[in-house]
Order: sequence, then structure tokens, then C-alpha cells
Amino acid sequence: MTEPVLRLQSLRKRFGGLVVTDDVDLEVMPGELHAVIGPNGAGKTTLIHQISGTLTPDSGRILFAGDDITHLPVHARAAGGIARSFQITSVLPEFSVLENVALAVQARDGSSFRFFGVAEREGGLNEPAMEALEEVGLAERAAMRAAHLSHGERRTLELAIALAMKPKLLLLDEPMAGTSAQETERLIAVLQRLKGRLPILLIEHDMTAVFALADRISVLIYGRILASGSPDAVRADPQVVAAYLGDSME
Amino acid sequence: MTPLPAAARAPRLSTADAIALAIFAILAVIPLVTRFGAESYLLSLVTRIMIFAIAAVSLDFIVGYGALVSFGHAAFVGLGAYAVGILAFHGLNDATLALPAAILLSALFAFVTGIVCQRTKGVYFIMITLAFSQMAFFIASSLSLYGGDDGMTIRARNTVAGFDLMGSDGALYYVVFLFLAGAYLLCRAFVASRFGRVLRGARQNPARMATMGYEVFRYQLAAYVISGALAGVAGFLLANATAFVSPAYMAWQRSGELIIMVMLGGIGTLYGAIVGTATFLLTEEWLSGLTEQWKMIFGPFLILVVLFARGGLAGLTARLLGRRHD
Repeated sequence: MTEPVLRLQSLRKRFGGLVVTDDVDLEVMPGELHAVIGPNGAGKTTLIHQISGTLTPDSGRILFAGDDITHLPVHARAAGGIARSFQITSVLPEFSVLENVALAVQARDGSSFRFFGVAEREGGLNEPAMEALEEVGLAERAAMRAAHLSHGERRTLELAIALAMKPKLLLLDEPMAGTSAQETERLIAVLQRLKGRLPILLIEHDMTAVFALADRISVLIYGRILASGSPDAVRADPQVVAAYLGDSME
Repeated sequence: MTPLPAAARAPRLSTADAIALAIFAILAVIPLVTRFGAESYLLSLVTRIMIFAIAAVSLDFIVGYGALVSFGHAAFVGLGAYAVGILAFHGLNDATLALPAAILLSALFAFVTGIVCQRTKGVYFIMITLAFSQMAFFIASSLSLYGGDDGMTIRARNTVAGFDLMGSDGALYYVVFLFLAGAYLLCRAFVASRFGRVLRGARQNPARMATMGYEVFRYQLAAYVISGALAGVAGFLLANATAFVSPAYMAWQRSGELIIMVMLGGIGTLYGAIVGTATFLLTEEWLSGLTEQWKMIFGPFLILVVLFARGGLAGLTARLLGRRHD
């Protein structure tokens, strides 16, 4: 049997009296796109934060490629191969689009304690960065400052940054949030191409995107996994329809 | 493959480089001009400007590119100076010993205090660097063997491997000039390097840098140590130029002045720190000659610069030249 890339074991997190992650077990298999859906406030982003290391769970374990990473800091998890995008777009606004991505390449390309040589002109960093930009269709924006990109383009840039890290697991926190219908379509196409090449944990509100992309869907409500299974099974689950999908599907 | 953008391919001479070249050209010829008059006063004034410019450049390196506003930078200058003074007091008068000692002492102080300071952000960082520099100030004041509050005079300038290379004011001028050029070029290289790019990235978005796999703390601490060590070099030169060390070198007012010098010239440009230091010290020199209440004029002047010349003199020049600031 293949090992899951990511395994959450009875994860629990509370903020004061509010339980935001309530005994969550979840797996992402190699090559799988596992989507987590749920209403606002269900604890989806909190879950991503715990996997990426921004938050530490109160109890439970996080296993990544078989290793317990529950207490590793953010940068160590990233260096270990977990890349993420943010719900609220997070790029380096003053850098060019290319430099944003080149910096991600630099992170996995030997030491950054190099004090001489102009980083901006290192072909060994720029070329893989350019490839990542081409992959997401943002290559012609390479020289532009990240601050000047449109919202949808910035979301795409986040994806390119994550890809340039050559991650072993990709965490996407609502990549379609706030994008236009046209941009959403483009992002879905990009993710469709990535799908299968690396395991992805996708959190998304856009149901069209989720049902188009996911191999497996888990429904998170009040910090609990209500149901988990294939898109068809989840769509048909009466509990899920009653609690969440009811209003958004019909 | 889509071709790489121009900036990623060819080196170019930027406006900043051109201005820096002009500054160093002017500084290089000043002693030649002053030879025709009894201008040793001017020579020692510009020497002093260049020494503080080294400290200001080192400060701009962390303020402008790392957003680490150190309000205790004078402590490093003072430590560098005390390294020279204390060694000289014990009869050790050579730069091959005094310079490494100055660098080591200030770097060590930066490393130890930096570990604590780097845990804080923003205003807290400012306050804690201030607190550490005040600590250094009071320790220096209590060293009664080395003059305590009053400081101590140094009998002679450092020799260099036994040779009296810094004996004359003209020679000292060029030694300081070379150190300033070196500090500027070093910082400029560091900023553009892989290391500098991580530092600049962390200034914009540390959370993003962490999720790329960078342990931001290590880079910021390293930058802080580099900056402190460079300021220590300035202290080494200051002790040699003035033949005197005193706790006053570490006073918080000196730290504040360094921040003003950097702001005046334009944060995050490096050459701006040199321009700012020159403007600050020359204005101070000129105004204090006019009236005893010169600070009454100097204060409003600084406020005007902050209000109307955003980006300091460097920003103003760039706007006057009608170019985008780069």
C-alpha cells in the first residue's frame, strides 16, 4: 500500500473557548488532489496554517512523508517540501514578478549566505523561475513589479512561487478567492495541468472549481470533518447537502 | 522559452552608481585643493564626515534594506573607538591589532544583542537597540581605569604594521577615504547578492519568505552583525582621527543623529547616507558658526526635509532629474 504524503492524526486546536479544529483526521495520497470545503468559519484556513506551521495544534500529529513535523517551524517545513499559497495574496510587492519566483528557486538552490555576485542576473535562478512562470502563463509579465499585477495575476504568481519550490506537497488556500470568472477559469486550467504531478490540498469556496478538480473531497463544518469521499459520494451525501451544499448547489 | 527581462541579463550603470562615482571623485580631490590654502581645518572636517558616513552607510544597510531601525548604532562606533583606546592605553598601538579588535568587539556586541533584538519588531526593535546602546554607554562611563565619564586621550595614532601610515592628516584622509569606498562597495555588493535579496524580501514580507523556506531571523541577524562591525570600523577611524575616546561617542543622541543622516540623504540608497552625513555635519558646522542657538534653525530644517523631500535628498534629486527612483 502506498504511504500518504500528508497525514493528520486527531488534530485539535482551540482559540479560547472556540474549537476550530476538532479531532481532524485527513490524508493526502501521492498525486492526489484532495479538496477541503466548508462554510466560512469552518476552520479551513486554520487547518492550512497548522500544516504549514504558522499555528501549532494543541494535540494530534502531522506526518509529512512519514516524518512527524507537528512542531517544526514554518521555514523548515517549506524547506522540507511543503509549499503554500495564502488566502490573502502574499507576494513581494517591490520585486519584479521574475524575482519573486527566482527567490523561491534560490531557497532550494544551495546557500543564500552568498554575499557577492548579483542575484538578479543568475541564470541558474532565473531560468527555472521563467519556466515556472510559463507553466502558469505569466511569462510576459516577468519584468513587471508584482505590486502592479492584477489581483488574478497575483494569485497566479503565488502559484508560480509555490511551483518553483519544486514542492512535495502543495497547499492552496482559496486560490480563486476574489478572482473574476475569466481568471477563475484560467486558474482551473492551470491546476488541471498540475493535477496528478504532485499532491495538492485545495481549500476552495468555488464549487465549480472543486468538483472539476478534486479526486477526493472532505467537508469541514465547525472544525469537524463531516464527510469525506469521492466528489460524487460527497455530492450525494444527505448530511452534506443539508449542512452546506444545499444552498450553493441548487 | 520567453526571453529574460533586460534587468536579469545585462549590468547597467544606474543613476545611483553615477551619483556615487561623482561623490567619490569629489572626495578624492578635496585634499589636492586644500593644499593651496591653510585648510587643514577643512581636511579634518571632511575626514570626520567620511568617518560618520561609514557608520551611516552601515546603518542604511540594515534600515534601508532590512527595515531594522537600529537606534543604538553609536554604540558600535563607540566600541570600535574604545578598542583602539584601551589597546593604546596598554601600549598596543598598531592597527593590525586595533582594527581586528574593533571589528571583533562591535561584531560580538551586535551578535549577542542582535539575538535578543531580532526577536522583536518595529518600535520594540527600536527601543531595545536603544536600551542596549545605553547599557554600553554606562559601562564605558564606569570604566574608571580608562577615563570613566571623561574618556581618555590617545597619545599617538595607530601605526600600521610598524609604519606610521596615518601620521599626517593628509594620509589619514586617504585611509578614511579608502575605508568609506570599501564600506560603500561592500554594502552595495551585499545588497545585490543572494544574501541581500533575502534581506530585501524579508523587509517586504517576512511571512512569505518563511513559507519559501527562509529562516528570516538568521539573515537579519547576520546583516545586523555586518552592520555593527562596519560601524566599529568607523569607531576605529574616529579614535585615530580625534586621538580621543569617550562614552559620549555612544550617547543616544549620536545614534539619533546617524538615523537623521540616513533619512536626510535618502533611506535605502547607500550613497544617500554619505550625502546625508555631509549635509548634516556641514549644516551643523555652518549654523553653529552663526549662532549659539543653531539647533533652533536646524530642527525646522530637518522637519522641512522630512515633509517636503520624501526619500531624502536622493529622492529629491531623482525627482528633479525627472527619473524614477531606483
